[in-house]
Parts: sequence; C-alpha cells; structure tokens
Amino acid sequence: MKRVFPILGLLTAVLLSYALYEALVAAPTEQTMGNVQRIFYYHVPSAWTAFLLFFINFVCSIQYLVRPNPVADKLTNWTVIAIAIAACIAAFVIRPLPEGMEPSSVATTGLAIAGLYFLIKKCFSQTRTDALAVVTAEVGVVFCTVVLVTGPLWARPVWGIWWTWDVRLTSTLVLWLIYISYLMLRRFSTSGQTPVLAAALAVFGALDVPLVYFSIWIFRTQHPQPVIGGGGSIDPRMLHVLLINWLAFLFFAGLVCWSRYRLEILQREVEETQALEAMLEPRSRR
Amino acid sequence: MSKSSAVPSGVTAATLAKDLRLEWRSKDALNSMLFFSLLVVVVFSFSFDPNAEESRQIAGGLVWVAFLFAAVVALNQTWARELRNHVLDAYRVSPAPANSLFMAKALGNFVFVVVLEVLMTPLFIMFYKLRALGPAWQLIPVAALGTWALVVNGTFFAAISLRTRSREIMLPLLLFPVSIPALLAMVNATTAILTGELSAKFWIVLLTTYDVVFTIACLLLFELVLNAE
Repeated sequence: MKRVFPILGLLTAVLLSYALYEALVAAPTEQTMGNVQRIFYYHVPSAWTAFLLFFINFVCSIQYLVRPNPVADKLTNWTVIAIAIAACIAAFVIRPLPEGMEPSSVATTGLAIAGLYFLIKKCFSQTRTDALAVVTAEVGVVFCTVVLVTGPLWARPVWGIWWTWDVRLTSTLVLWLIYISYLMLRRFSTSGQTPVLAAALAVFGALDVPLVYFSIWIFRTQHPQPVIGGGGSIDPRMLHVLLINWLAFLFFAGLVCWSRYRLEILQREVEETQALEAMLEPRSRR
Repeated sequence: MSKSSAVPSGVTAATLAKDLRLEWRSKDALNSMLFFSLLVVVVFSFSFDPNAEESRQIAGGLVWVAFLFAAVVALNQTWARELRNHVLDAYRVSPAPANSLFMAKALGNFVFVVVLEVLMTPLFIMFYKLRALGPAWQLIPVAALGTWALVVNGTFFAAISLRTRSREIMLPLLLFPVSIPALLAMVNATTAILTGELSAKFWIVLLTTYDVVFTIACLLLFELVLNAE
C-alpha cells in the first residue's frame, strides 16, 4: 500500500496540470461571458466532489450508528436495497420524469447509492467508519469553501451581483454551515463518545438538506430572481474539459482523504496506546 | 422494544410535572426569556421605527428571531438542571424509557415557549401596530408547529451540547443551521398571513413535514445520545 501512495500522488499531479491546461488553453472561449466562464471548470467539479464527500460522510455516520445493533443494521441494509430497487423501477415506470432527468441516470444513481453503501460497509470496520466520516467532512468543507468562493467571483462580472438567495447557492451555504457546526462539535466535545454525537448530528444535517432545498425552491419561485444558467446544452468540448477536471479533482480529494485518514488512524492508535500505558503504569511501579 | 417506545407514559407525566413545578416555583427560565424578548422588541423598534405597512413586512422575521433566541435560554437549562446531584446518571441507570424522558423535556420546553409567545404577542401588536390582513386564525397552527420545530430539535441538541466545552454557546451553533428551513417557513407563513397577499398553506405543510421528520429522528436517536457519556 505504501508504494501506491506516491504513484497516486504523481498521477494526481499530472492529471491536475493536464486539467489546468485543458481548462485555460484547450477549452473554447464562451461566447457571451468570455474567459470568466473558465472558472466553471473549478467551480462545478469542486461542488460535485464536495457533495460526494458529504454523502460519504452521511453513509459512514449511519453505519456507525446502526452497525452495533444487528436488528437496525439489517433493517438499514434492506432499506438501502429497497431504495436501489425503487429507483430502478421508478425510472422506467413513472412518466413523465421531472425535467432534466433521464431514466438511465435515475436507475444508475439508485444502484450507485447502494453500491457505495455496501462498499464502505465491506471495506471499513465500524470504528473506522467514524474516522472516514471525520476525514470526508473536513475535506468536503474545504471543497465546499472553494465552491462558495469561486461562485461569487464568477457571479460578479456575469450577473452583476456577488450573491443571490437562489436555490442552489442557499442550499450549498446551508450545507456548509451544517458541516462547520459538525466539525465544531467534534472539536469542542468533551465526551468519550464524540463519534456517536457527531454521527447523530450528521444524520440530522442530511435530513435537513432536502427540506432546505425544497423550501428555498418554493420561496424563490414565489419571488422571481435573475434567471440562472438557462438550462441550455453544453458544448461537447467544454463537457470533456469539465469531466477531465472532475476526474483530477476526485483524484486530488482521494489523495488528501487518504493521507488524512492515515493520520487519523495513527493518531487514534497513539491515543489508545497512551491510555493503555497510563493504565498499566501504576502496576509496573509496584 | 418497550424501552424505546414513544408512547407517553407515567415517566413522561411525572418528569413533565416535576419540570413545570420547578419552573413555577423558580420562574428562572420564563423571566429571563420574557425580559430578553422584551429587550429585542424595544431595540428593534428603536432601530427600525416602522409604519404599519412596513412592520407587516418585517414583523414575521422579527417575532420569530426574538422567540428563537429566547427559546435558547430555556433549552440550555433543560439538561443542565439534571447534572446537579447526578440526576441524569440516575435516569441512565433507571429502567425508564429514554424517549419518555425526551418527550417530557420537549413538552416542557414547548409549554415554556408557548407561554412566552402568549405573553409577548400583545406587546408586539402594540409596538408594531400590527393587524393581520389575511386569515389570522392560521397564526395559531403556524405558531404551534413552529414552536414544536424549535423545541424538539433544541431539546435534542441541548442533550448533545451538554457533552461539550462552553455548552451554552454550542447549542445555538448546532441548532440554528438545522433550523433554517423551519425558520424560513415560520417567517414566511407569518408574513403571508399578516400581509394577506399570499397563501400560507404551503409553509404550514412544510412545517408539518419538518416536525414529523425530526420528531421521528429525535426519538430514534435520543437513546444513543443519552447514553453517550
């Protein structure tokens, strides 16, 4: 495993520089926005990566809570399988699907959720899921911050305003706030069972996200705002650059998560050893 | 399953009665909540000095922000009160279901905040010259659902923040981000009713959904949080 890490690091560096070249030089210049649009190749991949990391955090938190209890564990397994099956059936039965959704993408998403759930379950023990949850929350907050910084930078020249209380902007901001409070809880907790408290908060945060999105969606449709995006199709060359950038960002996020995860595991081992030594010391003196 | 049943039991009634009696005799939480929201009313009316039309637009936000901040006072002392003489440890080892305790605490906080709202509403109406142009009776379900949304999560997060350093500051930091959709719904429903321009129905539905989702989540997870020492 130790040899894989530098190889992955090198690969990430190469990918990131290639993606940078593609985004700044190779990608066609956008007609109306000009070069400002190129920030899109950093903004969107960061957003996707942050959401993926937050989702992994949610899965880890659920698993941390349910796995000690066999009944709850089994129930959650079946719920996940049911979600995947329901998504597959709904994708090809419900007509018409909401705008912008393809049947195949809905089915794939359902299967991907179940796949991710069972992959994490297979690869990480119950205590390790907590370490993974910390790591993904931290790295996710970093990527989410990138999204929230690059967004206004782009919006100022294009919309003429730094910020608008649009659905996506507000939901991302609330998500960011929730995960900041998650990290603060972990930092300030004095309990020996911080993971349980943090996992409970993460579940609350995840339940909150759809409600936030839905409430602001209605709030904003009642009060129209500058139209955003326009929903038009994207140039295939731009999509290509975007996907390469996302791949590079995913590698980068994976690399950072991995090293942070190793650090977290080492830290825990050190703490455990110290606690053990403290327990044994009085006896050895006797 | 009996240990995690959500049915109100003797434990709920006993704990609730105890909390209400304690509050009735000391009036700690209620007095500080009342004085705090009174200050908010006065300070805001100085800084805005609105006429009747403007105040209809801003009153929804103002009222709920005042109640939210005031509710934190009551929520903070919910569990802190039980730390003295290790009462919480006694709860933990007793066979009493954890959820009965949670429901008692949440209902207690609900009563405190409702009393606060009943006492403060006339003042708000006086100072801000409020008169609802929409169906005023709808304010009652909005207030009830909104208050429950605040206290059910607040009681849960107060139990979490009990295990942190500087717990009094931690509670709002945990509670406010998760409460954003509820707060948005309360404020918009109130504004819709006061101005009478839009229907508040959607926001009431959203508040109900929020209440149901988070009440279930609290009841499912509370036992774990209570036992996390």
